[in-house]
Amino acid sequence: MHHTSENQPNFHFKPWNVGRILIWGLYALVLLVAPLLWTSSFAQTMLSQMGIAIIVCLAYNILLGQGGMLSFGHAVYSGLGSFLAIHALNKVGAGSLGLPVSLVPLVGGLGGLLFAALLGYVSTKKAGTTFAMITLGVSELVWSMSLMLPEFFGGEGGVSANRVVGEKVLGISFGPQIQVYYLIAIYCFICTAAMFALTRTPLGRILNAVRDNPERVEFIGYSTRRVRYLAFMISGFFAGISGGLAAVNFEIVTAEVVGAARSGAYLLFVFLGGATFFFGPILGAVLMVIALVLLSELTKAWLLYLGLVFLLMVMYAPGGLASLLMMNLRLAAFGKLRRLWVAYLALGGIGLAALTGVAAMIEMLYHMQLNAALGPQLKFMGAQLNTHGVDSWAGAIFLTLTGAALFELTRRHFQAQWGEIQEDIEKEIKRREAIST
Amino acid sequence: MLSSGLTLIFSMMGVLNFAHASFYMVGAYAAYTLTGVIGFTASLVVSPLLVGALGALFERTALRRVHKFGHVPELLITFGLSYVVGEVVALVWGRSPLTFDPPLWLQGPAFTIVQSAVRGLSVVAGAAPAELCSGVGDACTRFPMTRAFMALVALGMLASLWLLLTRTRIGLVIQAALTHPEMAEALGHNVPRVFMLVFGSGCALAGLAGVIGGVTFVTEPNMANIGPIIFAVIVIGGMGSLSGAFVGSLVVGLLQTLPLTVDANGVDVFRHLGLAIGPDSPLFPLLRIKLSETAQILPYLMLVLILIFRPKGLLGTRES
Repeated sequence: MHHTSENQPNFHFKPWNVGRILIWGLYALVLLVAPLLWTSSFAQTMLSQMGIAIIVCLAYNILLGQGGMLSFGHAVYSGLGSFLAIHALNKVGAGSLGLPVSLVPLVGGLGGLLFAALLGYVSTKKAGTTFAMITLGVSELVWSMSLMLPEFFGGEGGVSANRVVGEKVLGISFGPQIQVYYLIAIYCFICTAAMFALTRTPLGRILNAVRDNPERVEFIGYSTRRVRYLAFMISGFFAGISGGLAAVNFEIVTAEVVGAARSGAYLLFVFLGGATFFFGPILGAVLMVIALVLLSELTKAWLLYLGLVFLLMVMYAPGGLASLLMMNLRLAAFGKLRRLWVAYLALGGIGLAALTGVAAMIEMLYHMQLNAALGPQLKFMGAQLNTHGVDSWAGAIFLTLTGAALFELTRRHFQAQWGEIQEDIEKEIKRREAIST
Repeated sequence: MLSSGLTLIFSMMGVLNFAHASFYMVGAYAAYTLTGVIGFTASLVVSPLLVGALGALFERTALRRVHKFGHVPELLITFGLSYVVGEVVALVWGRSPLTFDPPLWLQGPAFTIVQSAVRGLSVVAGAAPAELCSGVGDACTRFPMTRAFMALVALGMLASLWLLLTRTRIGLVIQAALTHPEMAEALGHNVPRVFMLVFGSGCALAGLAGVIGGVTFVTEPNMANIGPIIFAVIVIGGMGSLSGAFVGSLVVGLLQTLPLTVDANGVDVFRHLGLAIGPDSPLFPLLRIKLSETAQILPYLMLVLILIFRPKGLLGTRES
């Protein structure tokens, strides 16, 4: 924070913000280099999906994190954008629309904007719980409509298209996945930058004010409703772009992209990533793709784990992963992280043991439920477990109980230490302020 | 009728409970298991209590902790719970539908409406004798016992809740704790405990609805999908209003069933007006939809319209 006092000459010198340039440069570099490090086609598909997810999660966070609007139907806008984009792609393929494929996602974005303008006019009349319910109702409406209008939504099978159509621009045909990846990466970077820029505009600032104290915003002469409406449309636009990219990427769009499960996933992962920080949803998006693709391969119980993690997160770390990260960065900035690493190690180790016990039990239960025909044996983290054997169950229960008890003990100790350090930091901040003035 | 019972406490709680449908499901499954052990009649009492205890436990351990953060985390935590409950239920009882048959005294029709060519309409208790229905021009409509029982329980629930909330001291304390928590606290009532008990009993009612819903409809992991429709019921009826919940459930029930009997679509309407509509006309796909097909979306359409034009709901007292 810079304090400019009255007697200084009115002279502005704006240094380059090195930190910011570094971060954005790194972000661009990661986007650029990622497919060169992970070259398998599976990895590239996943990276593409991550790019798409990053845009939609950031778009969702304009509502959730910055506007304090809990939407249960955001998949509607990305999904409808997807459908419009795939229809546009088909038109390009049929020759009736002269649009390069690289601009097709924009069609999705405009579609998202259009529907957000239409449906958002209704939704943003209210805030808080009522807003959540309206979005839920709108989402159910669109979902039911998708089954009724097979001309547009393609019924059960969805709408498919071919992305290798139209004129080649600079020799790029979008046939190979890598070219699509870079298209997504470029869109992702531009959208991220645009959405970050939005947080710095008066609109973005007043949106935060609407979240924090709507009454005062009304007092200073803004219509909270109009601010919410504008934010909703912008969010719909970016969600639509991500939907359009998804249409180009997968070349097929089914009705499930507007479904409630998709909306729920956006909500879940934006929250897990951290809605309070701008970069939180990016973490959430990466997690989302990893969880949906990898975790569901790894274990049948992934939805249960996800729900449990979500519950714990809401209860103990409402800021999400991003806030946990930033808290520890703050410790590191004050050079206090060293004091905690033993406690972290203990917490992590014991927590992991307890989780292993819980996971072993869950896995055994799932095994009994689903794979009973394959016999009572299952492999879990390299160990053989027997769902009929007493020793496996007793072991898992013992592990869980001891782990939980020890965890609680260490947690109390940790909490005391954490509080101490926070106090030290507060003192340090006060001291620095005293010196600087 | 079922959702009327389900929504009553729910709309009183002030906390929008996304997991309510999950408690409904747990009620059905718990009753399924308990019926095998202690019989249906006993499980009709025990499993709601069990679900209520679970609900109270959840309120005590999780919901209370986020209560101070405001409405959004409250919504979120119940949302997360609905995921967990859905998975746990699938884990314990499997993903396929269970055969949860009603007990003997709930099987068969409650009464039969006999439409006779000779004697006109008449109502016979229980199943009508075969000779009444087999004649020329005779028709019998059987009304199943389970539905009658459901209606009976829902009405009983409504009446007793209404009495409890408006005519007793307990109801007074509950209402005070919900609207003016600090004041109630100052008067010496344990507000957190009141919240816990209200939440618990709300869940117990959901559990009771689940038991009856389980025997009447199917018992399967997808049965928690009634969640959104309950929201529609509450909003249409008006939040925080018992009679509103009742009216809302009637409206939603009618909206869902009445259009099924009409087999016309927009094209027919225009044809009546003398306008020819073909597949080439604008908006043809929209007009082609039959009214009976829109039964699915009408409650949600109503929900959205109500929220726009009368956010209090039909009989509501509180705004949002």
